[in-house]
Amino acid sequence: MADTLTPARPPGTRRPKAGRLTRQDGAAHLFMAPWLIGLVAVTALPMLASLYLAFTDYNILSSPTWVGTENFERLIGDDRFWSASWVTLTYVLVSVPLQLAFALALALILDKGLRGLAIYRSAYYLPSLLGTSVAVAVLWKQIFGFDGLVNQALALIGIEGQNWLQNPDTALGTLIVLNAWTFGSPMVIFLAGLRQIPEELYEASRVDGASILRQFASITIPLLTPIIFFNLILQTIGSFQAFTQAHVISGGTGGPVDSTLFYTLYIYQQAFVNFDMGYAAALAWVLMVVIAIITAVHFTLSKRWVFYGD
Amino acid sequence: MTAPTLDSRRSSSTPGDTPERTVLPSVRRVRRRNSILRHGGLILFGLFMLYPLAWMAVSAFKPGYLVLTDPSLIPTELTLENFRNGWYVGNLSFVVFFGNSFVVAAGAIIGNLVSCSLTAYALARLNFRARKVYFGIVLASVMLPMHATMIPQYIIFSELDLVNTFIPLVLPKFLATDAFFIFLMVQFIRGIPRELDQAAFVDGAGPFRTFWYIILPLMKPALITTTIFTFIWTWNDFFGQLIYLTDTSVHTVPIALNALVDSQSNQGVGTLMAMSLLSLVPILCFFAFAQKYLIRGIATTGLK
Repeated sequence: MADTLTPARPPGTRRPKAGRLTRQDGAAHLFMAPWLIGLVAVTALPMLASLYLAFTDYNILSSPTWVGTENFERLIGDDRFWSASWVTLTYVLVSVPLQLAFALALALILDKGLRGLAIYRSAYYLPSLLGTSVAVAVLWKQIFGFDGLVNQALALIGIEGQNWLQNPDTALGTLIVLNAWTFGSPMVIFLAGLRQIPEELYEASRVDGASILRQFASITIPLLTPIIFFNLILQTIGSFQAFTQAHVISGGTGGPVDSTLFYTLYIYQQAFVNFDMGYAAALAWVLMVVIAIITAVHFTLSKRWVFYGD
Repeated sequence: MTAPTLDSRRSSSTPGDTPERTVLPSVRRVRRRNSILRHGGLILFGLFMLYPLAWMAVSAFKPGYLVLTDPSLIPTELTLENFRNGWYVGNLSFVVFFGNSFVVAAGAIIGNLVSCSLTAYALARLNFRARKVYFGIVLASVMLPMHATMIPQYIIFSELDLVNTFIPLVLPKFLATDAFFIFLMVQFIRGIPRELDQAAFVDGAGPFRTFWYIILPLMKPALITTTIFTFIWTWNDFFGQLIYLTDTSVHTVPIALNALVDSQSNQGVGTLMAMSLLSLVPILCFFAFAQKYLIRGIATTGLK
């Protein structure tokens, strides 16, 4: 199956090692066949179809009718689109830095020759593993409910709680807290990154009389910037796509008063509750373009602050 | 964007571990006090973080009226009533939902293992045109949000009359749509000494024999990581299952749990906590047995 062509080599050079320079295009494509089929059938064509649908009116029952840019014009006048965008942006801008700050702080505390590291690491990591499950969303709903754990704890110290989930000012906050609670996975990545900083650098700076703060600012942070960047990208992209928690906690409505209407939840409502597929496709494309732009901006800005050693 | 690995461990000679012989007793006392403070702080914080989960576990066994009035972790009264109340949904029980979840997860695991390992081997070891371009596409598709493709995908599966089957959830895995795992496996295969498969190649083994007899057995840790994460992702997946599995008979655990929440009026909080706890048991088991691989997987690639 492998069509083994020997590429021309300049005269006088040595014969290539077996298996290195022989082309294996046929075999490679055979190995990659599942992925290539998936790339075309499950990713590329649906993406194009989604773009087409964004310019149509389509409710699944009758065939799509072309409406031009109508869906996009409708977006501009759609209050719920704007509240969904606002909610999502707030969520990303508040919860990602909060989560990464927790992750970095705990990673720094756990880093320096600590006994029982594995136990702490596992305990702090556990919420990350469960955080996106329906079960934890259900739990969160109970914790912040009127009779929930938070208010029970507040009552112990004499503060009267409120209904956190029914109040539009605090409902989104509970979801931000939930996301911050799952700082374990970026923490583990930070820990792995801290291990890669050579100890000699700290020793040398200690000889020069550098304080701990100085070491942190001049060694730890600069050498950790690639990891900070990696975590920032991953968590930002992930947070834009948050869905389960908001759906479960608000019972699929995004309420109260759309205060937890995550963008993905709005897409879900339009596509699978209203079956307004064309409009939902337009919404999805806007999300994708926004994520792409934000990722590109991250990468461009990263050249200014991310330090890739030698 | 290079991910760190746990392989290159820094020497563990941090100041806290230096031999104690030259240290003054007073300094030693301060260090000991600092260490106790630090461990105390970390334990307290850990308990604070895990309290909600512990509360859920305890509430599952408390009679309903105590769940909403007693925040303590020591129940004064134990009952299995909550599990009995939540177990049946209509004439179906959670046995069905657990079964469905396991079928979907098993399908996804097999799909990811087969398709991603084949693709990763080609990308990491075979010599062909446009290899870098393909690898670039793999990396880009890691970041592609599912929303870009989900609507047409749904329409296709709906046209094919495959809604309310597990095929829409499993088939894409056989087509290597979880590009994360291709990336993970490529990185892993690159760490396997080239001499091994080149020797096999020189001995006349073709790419497939080399893959099957040399590479695949050596990439077991990457396959285990893939298995664990695919299981957890699929088990936790809500969106996909919510869209495709609308009939109660094909409901998976998260969907059944969500339905239970919606019918909350006649379900107590204790019941919700009991079924939530049960739904997490498989993940907790995986976590208990596979922590090492989980932590390594997340440290190398940022999987969640």
